[in-house]
This record gives sequence, C-alpha cells and structure tokens, in this order.
Amino acid sequence: MNALAARFNAIFGADMAGPLAALAAVLIVFGFASPHFLTGATFGSVAFQLPELGVLALAMLMPILTGGLNLAITFTANIAGLTLAWTLQANGGIDAGSGAFLLGTALALAVGAASGLVMGLVIAFTRAHPILVSLSMMIFLRGLGEFMTRGGDISGFPTFIAPIGHGSILGIPVPLLILIACVIASHILLSRSKLGFSTYMIGSNIESARYSGINTRKILVLVYMLSGVMAAVAGIIMLARFNSVRVGHGESYLLITVLACFLGGINPFGGFGRVLPVFVALIVLQLLSSGLNLLGANQHLTTAVWGILLIVVMVLRWLSAKFIRLVK
Amino acid sequence: MSTATNDGVKAKPLLSLRGINMTFGGVKALKNVSFEVLPGEVHCLAGENGSGKSTLIKVISGVYRPADGAEIVFDGETISHMTPAMAQSRGIQIIWQDLALFAEMSVAENIAFQTLSGSRPRFVNYAAIRGVAEEALGRLGVTLDVDRPLKDFAIAQRQIVAIARALVGEARIVFMDEPTASLTQSETDHLLAIVRTLSASGIAVVFVSHRLAEVLEISSRITVLRDGALVGVYPVEGMTQSRITELMTGRTFDQNVRARDVAQNPVLLSVSKLCRPGEFEDISFDLRRGETLGITGLLGSGRTELALTLFGMRRPAAGTIVLEGRAMRFASNREAIASGVAYLSEDRLSLGLNQPQSIADNLVMASLNRILSGRLISPGKKRALVARWIAELGIRIGKQDDAISTLSGGNQQRVAIAKWLATDPKVLILDAPTVGVDVGARAGIFEIVARLAETGLAILLISDEVPEVYFNADRIIHMEKGRIAGWHDPRATTLKDLEAAVYA
Repeated sequence: MNALAARFNAIFGADMAGPLAALAAVLIVFGFASPHFLTGATFGSVAFQLPELGVLALAMLMPILTGGLNLAITFTANIAGLTLAWTLQANGGIDAGSGAFLLGTALALAVGAASGLVMGLVIAFTRAHPILVSLSMMIFLRGLGEFMTRGGDISGFPTFIAPIGHGSILGIPVPLLILIACVIASHILLSRSKLGFSTYMIGSNIESARYSGINTRKILVLVYMLSGVMAAVAGIIMLARFNSVRVGHGESYLLITVLACFLGGINPFGGFGRVLPVFVALIVLQLLSSGLNLLGANQHLTTAVWGILLIVVMVLRWLSAKFIRLVK
Repeated sequence: MSTATNDGVKAKPLLSLRGINMTFGGVKALKNVSFEVLPGEVHCLAGENGSGKSTLIKVISGVYRPADGAEIVFDGETISHMTPAMAQSRGIQIIWQDLALFAEMSVAENIAFQTLSGSRPRFVNYAAIRGVAEEALGRLGVTLDVDRPLKDFAIAQRQIVAIARALVGEARIVFMDEPTASLTQSETDHLLAIVRTLSASGIAVVFVSHRLAEVLEISSRITVLRDGALVGVYPVEGMTQSRITELMTGRTFDQNVRARDVAQNPVLLSVSKLCRPGEFEDISFDLRRGETLGITGLLGSGRTELALTLFGMRRPAAGTIVLEGRAMRFASNREAIASGVAYLSEDRLSLGLNQPQSIADNLVMASLNRILSGRLISPGKKRALVARWIAELGIRIGKQDDAISTLSGGNQQRVAIAKWLATDPKVLILDAPTVGVDVGARAGIFEIVARLAETGLAILLISDEVPEVYFNADRIIHMEKGRIAGWHDPRATTLKDLEAAVYA
C-alpha cells in the first residue's frame, strides 16, 4: 500500500491524488446515473466549455501563488475582447482581413498586459493588498467597458474567427488546444523558470526572498502582467465562442477560478501548488456540470453542487491528513 | 523525592512530574523523565535541541498528553489530564521561544489580550488595556510606545513584550524558553533582575537557556536532559559552564583562540568613513583575504545596519566601500551578491531562510543562475549543487525536498551558510550565526567558518556574544552607539578584559 502510494507520488505528485480521485468518482457516479454520460457528446461539450474557465483559472493561479489574487481577470478578458472587436470593426467588420485579426490579437494581449502591469506596479511598490488593488482595477475596467459599449454587445466579425471558438483540428476542439498550450506553458514556467521559482519563494516569504537577492518587485510585476495576458487569451476565446463581446461575459467564472485553484491543491496563502492538479480539478468541475445537465438538473443547482463539493473537499482533506498521521 | 532547601526544611514542590514518557511516530522524545520545581525557585532546564526540553514544557502546559503511568502534581493537586486551559487557570505561564505574538496589533493589545478573552462579550476598554500593558512593562523596567504596532519593534523588544504578556496572567510558575536568546547584555541583566523579583514574590521561574553564564548566575538548581532522558538534577553551587556542557552533550570541548596573523594577506574590502546618520558614523576598516574580522557590541551599536549597508540593502550617506580596488555603489543586494558579498541574516526564521520551502529550494535560492540549462532550471544541476554543499558542510538531512523547518537550528544554519557559499562569495558577513543553535552544533559552525577562512574567504563575524568573537576572529572591532569604540587582538587580550570593555 505504502509502496503503491510512493510510486503514485513519484509519477504524478502527491497533490494529484485528490483531483484524480474526484475525477474517477465523477466518471463512475454519472456513468451509472446516466447512459448518455460516458459518450463523445459529453466530452465534446466539456471540451468546448472548459477552455474559457481553464485559461481564466491559469490567470488566477500565478497571483495566488505569490500570496495575492487578481480579481480583475474577467473584466480584463472583456476589455481585451473589446480591443480585438474594435480593431476588427475599424478594419471592415465582417470583411476584416487576417492582418486586422493579428493586429487586434496583439493589441488585446497588450491591453491584458497593461492591466497587469498597473496592478503589479501598485502592489509591488506600495505593498497595497492585492485584493484591493485588483478589485479597484476590476471596477475601473467594468466601468470603462460599460461606458464604451453602453452596456451592449459588439458583434459582426469575419467568419474565419469562428473556428477559434468552434472548430477542431484532428478531432480536438481548437479552444481546448489553446487551453492545453496555456497549461503546458504555465507548467513549464512555474516548475522550471527562474520566474516560477521566485514566484513560489515570494509566496511563502517575500522578505526572505528579497534578502536572498530575488528582485521581488520585478517578479510581482511580471506575474500580474502574465496574469493579464492569460486573461486576454480567455477574452479572445470568449469572443470567438459567442461571436460577440459584452462587458460582463464570464463574470460568474471569477470565483469559480479561485475555487478551482483551491480544489487543485493551491495553497490559498501562496507559495505552494502546481498547474496540473488545477487542470484536473477544472475537468472535474466541468464534468460535474455537464453530468448534472444531462440528468436534467437546473443550472443554478449545478452551482450549488459545486459549492457543496468544495466544502466536502475541505473536510476530506482534513480527514486524509489525520489518516496519514495515524498510519505514520 | 522532595528536596532539602538551604535551611534544611523539606519544601513541598509546587510542581512535580514523574514517569513521563512521550513517543512521536516511534521516536521516544521523553523516556521516564521526572521533574520538580519548588515554590519561588529559579530552576534551569538545560539540554541541547532535541533533548526533550520543549516536549517536557508542552506536557506541563497540556499541549501534549504523556503515555499512561505519568503523574503530574501541581500544588498538591494530582492532575490526570492536563489541558492548556487548566494550565492557564492554575497560573502556569509559558513564554515560547517563537514568542507567539501578533505583529499587526499594538504592543498594548499583545500584552493585555489575555485579559480580554474569557470574559463576556463587551466593548474593548483600550484605556484599561494600555494601563495593564504599561504596568507590566513597568515591572520589567522598560518603556515602549504601547500604541505602536508590534511589527515596528526589533526582536529584542518583541521578546520583552512577550515576557510582559506572561506577567499579566496571574502566574505561579513561569517557563521561559530561551528568553534571552536575542537580548543584549544589559537587557539580559534587566531580565535576570526581574526574574529575581518574581522569585522573591513566590513565583517559580523555569529558565530554559543555552546561555550557560546566565544559568549559573540566576538558577539555584539545574535539571539536565539528554536525548529525552533525565541526566540528573544538580545544585548550581559548584557547577561550571564546561561541566554543564559536558552533562548536556556527553562530550568535552576546549576552546582556544583561533586568531592568526593575516597582516600579509592582500586587502579585499576597504571601508572608509562610512556613515548613515542615526545608525553608524565614521566606520573605517580593511578586511583581508582569509581574515575573520569580528564585530561585537550591544544591540543598537549599529552592527546589523552596517552589515546591511555593505550588503547593498541600505545606501550609505557618506564614505566609500572599495572591493578589490573598485569603489562600490550597490543599488540593491543583487549587485552586492553579484560582486561577491554575501550576508547571513541574524533572523534565520523570517529573513535568512524561507521556512516552509524545501531544503533544496532554500539552498539554491541565491544562485539560480548556476543551475540553469538554457533559460530553464535544470533539476539535475540543482540536485547536484545541493548534494555537493550538503556533503561539503556535513549537513544532516532526510530528503532534499523536505521542508527546511524539519531541520535542527544548527543544520538550518548550515544550509543558510551553504546558500551563500553557492554564490561563490569573496566576503561573507555572518550576522549572529549561532542564534538558536545548540552548544554542540555551534562548534561545528565555527569549524566551517575556520575552514572557509583558510580557503581565502574574507569573513565579517558579527555577534553580541563576546566569547564567540574572541575565540573565532583574527581581529575584533568593538562598536558602540554606531561608532568604532576600539580594536582588539584576541592574542593580546583576555576574554575578561574584552567582555569588560564591551559590557561597560
């Protein structure tokens, strides 16, 4: 038993046990409950719905690892989406060419980075609390976006954009490919780069990191910029999926991303946690939602079930920690 | 097993423990230990880290429950299951080594918060809190601005706040776990005076301290633990420091002055008329290759401030720092590190090491550029670098990925030293390198320091423990109120004279 556990930990990491167990539980329970659950249709819908939430969760992940939070991710995504939408409209709307799309995408990512840059600078230099700083940024972006769109939708994009939201390459949905690319990039960045290493050190003790010669201000600024860029990627995916942009799209994802990070074993106070368990946790949340949907449950009930799940996870974690101590 | 007091009357012990056994995951932390404290007695509990001192205190305070067969008697009352609340209500007060204070709250709140808990919900009476706090500080003979948040104060002052807080509870017996570890001599003397006052008023004090001079000065009896077992209970009369060390470690140590003549070595670091108003003034010295230059002086003498300035974390107002012939103006400690200056912080717990993180991560934290392959950190190079330094400094660890907090103080400090050696420094500043390190492990740290000096590393050894500097440095600067008060050569002076000069 212990040898088995050691092997598992060596291959996946100890923090994978919970999310993988939850994944198995969801697959088994809904597999029995509904004959339609273990079908391509379910996985297809999950594959298309997961990416927006997933990329936003990655945007949330890095600030949390530094011991902070970025509450502005959803509205950063909206503003980045708007930037792309306006660039397309200014270049002919439905008739815009791929050059306009590339320009718009670059501008959208730059807007995301700018939002992160401002937050990162304020957090790094004033040491103001990230919750307050990002909340201010969130309110600013929402107000700005609503003012500029008058609360309405922006739509009418060239048809070649649709595949980004709905197309598939070799049977794999394009948004899922984008998510997987983002997951791999985040994983490598956090586990192997100097930036990632410093992120963890800052998260558990920023002063000791500074005394060891880590440029804590620069790292914080970079982390929030990357968070903003990641949010912008989510904004572009949302634009393509809905074929429109509206300020407020995806707003409900905000707290779910925090919870997904927590489900994936990220320490809420920073310093510890990995990308891959968060990725699995996201799949669990999305499968749960699809499964309940298949059973005819109301969308609101799904949200309630997510809440219950998180409470159960907290209790289970406490129990398993107790159990491990007993075994030892 | 009651003990005879000086007048020959058998005193009834205030606290008596017998047959205490405690096991953690197969490791016996306490083996059939007994312990006894008389009313109003100052008793010393001595032993190295891991000898079971802290475990014993936790048994007494109800944090741990000992194995069956244990007997705890407090003031004639046999207590079968001690709980923290029971200990509290009977006046058993513990000042833990880590202080357990609230950094964000005011000094007054920290001292008086026990008077708030337990009572009915009501509005907090800040005037009363201030009164209680000022009274407790008054008993210690200290004045602090009680309205300022605790985080504004240095470790020494926080320690005083923790002691004041214990005084606020209606104590009958006070345990002090390394209470003087970060106090200066005058503060320590002050504390010892307080302890005598407590003792005279009938409060028993149990002193857990590795500073043997204090132990001999303050206690009447001493209980020595080694590896979880009782070595014995001894009267302090006739006891010597070296005898206590022997009892604690089971080994003997001799200390010799290590100073060598390094005047022929080339100058590596030359500091001239360095000044930061309010911290230090007119500091000039040369540090040579292979030299260990000691800096001693009381807290507030500007030692640490000077070190932080040399390390680029503070900017000098005037004066020059010349390293290998080049004038340095560090904009940050990153530039200092790159130029070959390393600084081991006096505060290992919160600045020197990143406690929750792993041994490996702590060790490579300052030298990431040495383990890159391309732009990414190479796990193989990282493991190799860590393994190399673990072997080089003889650090005892389990796995590289274990949290640094699982190591003993001495091994943690070795990792902290290794972290800086991995940056390939030319100058190593050691600020209070043996704080919280056992007597046995201290010798090991200084072995390392001597070996490093032999390789040509220039070492600045800062310590307020005069013997440490006396035995291990080649030359000694005595700092006082931010100025150099004198230079000393350990080969030309005695420890007594040096201590007299510093503590004058």
